[in-house]
Amino acid sequence: MRQLKRVVPAIVAAFCLTAGVVTAGTLDDVKAKGFVQAGVNGDLFGFGKPDAKGVWKGLDVDTARAVAIAIFGDSQKVKFTPLTAKTRFTALQSGEIDVLTRNATQTLSRDTALGLDFAQVNYYDGQGFLIPKKLGVKSAKELDGASVCVLPGTTTELNVADFFRFNNMKMNPVVIENTAELSKAFFAGRCDCMTSDASQLAGIRAVSPNPGDYMILPEIISKEPLAPAVRHGDNQWKDIVNYSVLALIDAEELGITSKNVDEMLKSKNPKIQRFLGVIPGNGKALGLDEKWAYNIIKQIGNYGEVFERNIGVNTPLGIERGLNALWTNGGLMYSPPFK
Amino acid sequence: MDTTSPEKIPFLRDPAKLAILYQILTVVGVGLLCYYLVHNTLANLERQSISTGFGFIEKEASFEIGESVIKYSAADSYGRALMVGFFNTLIVSFIGILLTVILGTFLGIARLSSNWLLAKISAIYIEIFQDIPILLQLFFWYAFFYEILPSPRAALNPMSGMFLCNRGLIFGIPVWHDAFKYAAIALILGCVIIFFMKKWAAKRQAATGMIFPVFRVSLAIIIGLPVITWFLAGAPTEMSIPKLSGFNFKGGLTISPEFTALLLGLVLYTAAFVAEVVRAGIQSVSKGQKEAAMSIGLKQGHVLNLVVLPQALRVIVPPLTSQLLNLTKNSSLAVAIGYPDFVSVAGTTINQTGQAIEGVALIMMVYLIFSLSTSAYMNWYNKKIALVER
Repeated sequence: MRQLKRVVPAIVAAFCLTAGVVTAGTLDDVKAKGFVQAGVNGDLFGFGKPDAKGVWKGLDVDTARAVAIAIFGDSQKVKFTPLTAKTRFTALQSGEIDVLTRNATQTLSRDTALGLDFAQVNYYDGQGFLIPKKLGVKSAKELDGASVCVLPGTTTELNVADFFRFNNMKMNPVVIENTAELSKAFFAGRCDCMTSDASQLAGIRAVSPNPGDYMILPEIISKEPLAPAVRHGDNQWKDIVNYSVLALIDAEELGITSKNVDEMLKSKNPKIQRFLGVIPGNGKALGLDEKWAYNIIKQIGNYGEVFERNIGVNTPLGIERGLNALWTNGGLMYSPPFK
Repeated sequence: MDTTSPEKIPFLRDPAKLAILYQILTVVGVGLLCYYLVHNTLANLERQSISTGFGFIEKEASFEIGESVIKYSAADSYGRALMVGFFNTLIVSFIGILLTVILGTFLGIARLSSNWLLAKISAIYIEIFQDIPILLQLFFWYAFFYEILPSPRAALNPMSGMFLCNRGLIFGIPVWHDAFKYAAIALILGCVIIFFMKKWAAKRQAATGMIFPVFRVSLAIIIGLPVITWFLAGAPTEMSIPKLSGFNFKGGLTISPEFTALLLGLVLYTAAFVAEVVRAGIQSVSKGQKEAAMSIGLKQGHVLNLVVLPQALRVIVPPLTSQLLNLTKNSSLAVAIGYPDFVSVAGTTINQTGQAIEGVALIMMVYLIFSLSTSAYMNWYNKKIALVER
């Protein structure tokens, strides 16, 4: 009984204390545990999917690796959590992951009501329709009455409803949570068409049994800026994620690649010297090692290399740079100066 | 207690007082835990500037839902969308429970049948369906439907006005007419008449010993009354026949593969458990009861209906309730095969609004309502059939 008398106040005190504790910054948490926990797709070829040997590959995966390299100088110090479209934001909100690189579209409501912050866009996308060629449909405006396979909890679910409503057409959505199950139902003919971001459709078609039998309709019905997301309110962490992506873009603009990065260390160009940390300052400002950007480019290359390796024209996805080219080449990829 | 005893029991050695103390401590502890959880959650949400509250219910949902019994479009509110999900869960659970009880009872009785083949088939069925996880069964049935069935343009046409394809089973239904409203009223009226007729028949049998053919007369009333009403109201026969136009059939009624797969999966799975419950119930009635019933010359059917089942039901009902609750809860697996049940719609709502805590609270509330009402009904039924000892 004496013990009980001592234990109870202790428990009460513990409760009162923990209720008041606020967690430290994400950067400190990440450094303490020794790796970045990144939320990725897990099923999307070209963006986030393990290969046959279980090694994670993809544009979003490389983006997460860039963050890990910026902090630890090591592309292996990252662990991946595959998430569905529905669970991804909750996983970030609850602190299960540190950064979400899972082809998530930046929108106003996600930026505000969901308590998220989006970093630099790593892929400019738009929503399209994948359809069997044998249906003979040439335009999305001919889809009145169609059954549409769509993932739940996505902006695409809203866009497609808007598109059909605006064009006075009827649709019959078939909503399945898991990308793999949804694709299976689509390729078996449960739906007339499948809608998602065009890049995602290209990824799904690339791994289908007969990619040649399917086409993506010309209409792009939405803007989908896909960007990494972090929790709202941790500005230092957001800066790190933001500039890890921007470093990829700026390196391409400066002509720095994984192959020439060591020669570039000797460059006389002050922009390059600042970028690679030869002239120090950027690293300290971010709370990172001065070699952070050098390490990123050395280990995974610049944005152009990452793009071509994962989803470019020489991969099964065969996606052109388009909107994702540098601004100097008519695209939207533009980085503020690194100084 | 010896009141003359000069020694007072110290507080900490008085078990009665200690018991009260422990209970107070427990209540305080639970209260603190709740306070901590709520406070911490609100503080965290505030810190991450995530909005809270149920204000989103009124906002436009702007997503479509595949199937709905009430009128719904993307322009309706989240509240309306959640209602659609609610009714979809209600329908699949309600039909599922009815079919499960029928199939399970049949299988349970068949398992005890003296017919070797029937008993073995039933036993094999129970073993197979009971042992495979329900999610796998759902995937199997869903894949079965979309892999096996043809596309709408090559739809099977087993009889005129009925089509079977991977969009579902589509068949003609009568075009709405006031006559059907009257027929429905007649049906309800018929049920009321039957209720009183049964009471009257029981009383008469008790008084005079004469048996009234309740079942046959009831059947005649249930079928006859609506049919006569329909006939008197003008006998409308106009049908809405499905026709292939564009991608899909227009008109008629569609039963989707998602709904069918879910219903089939739930019924076949749960029926296996119900069958075992029924078997246990029947086996709990001692053999002597059956032999006694037979020895006074009751027919086979009467032995089962009047002697064995009433006693077996007392054993059957409580575990049966639990199985039926399982069926309702398992219906939330619908999201895996694309049936828009409450969890699926609420999940989309959570994702679009970001209000996970409110959404999950709604989901828990809805399942609690379903489960408590099922339980309440089954408990009422259990009390009704409980053995009255005289």
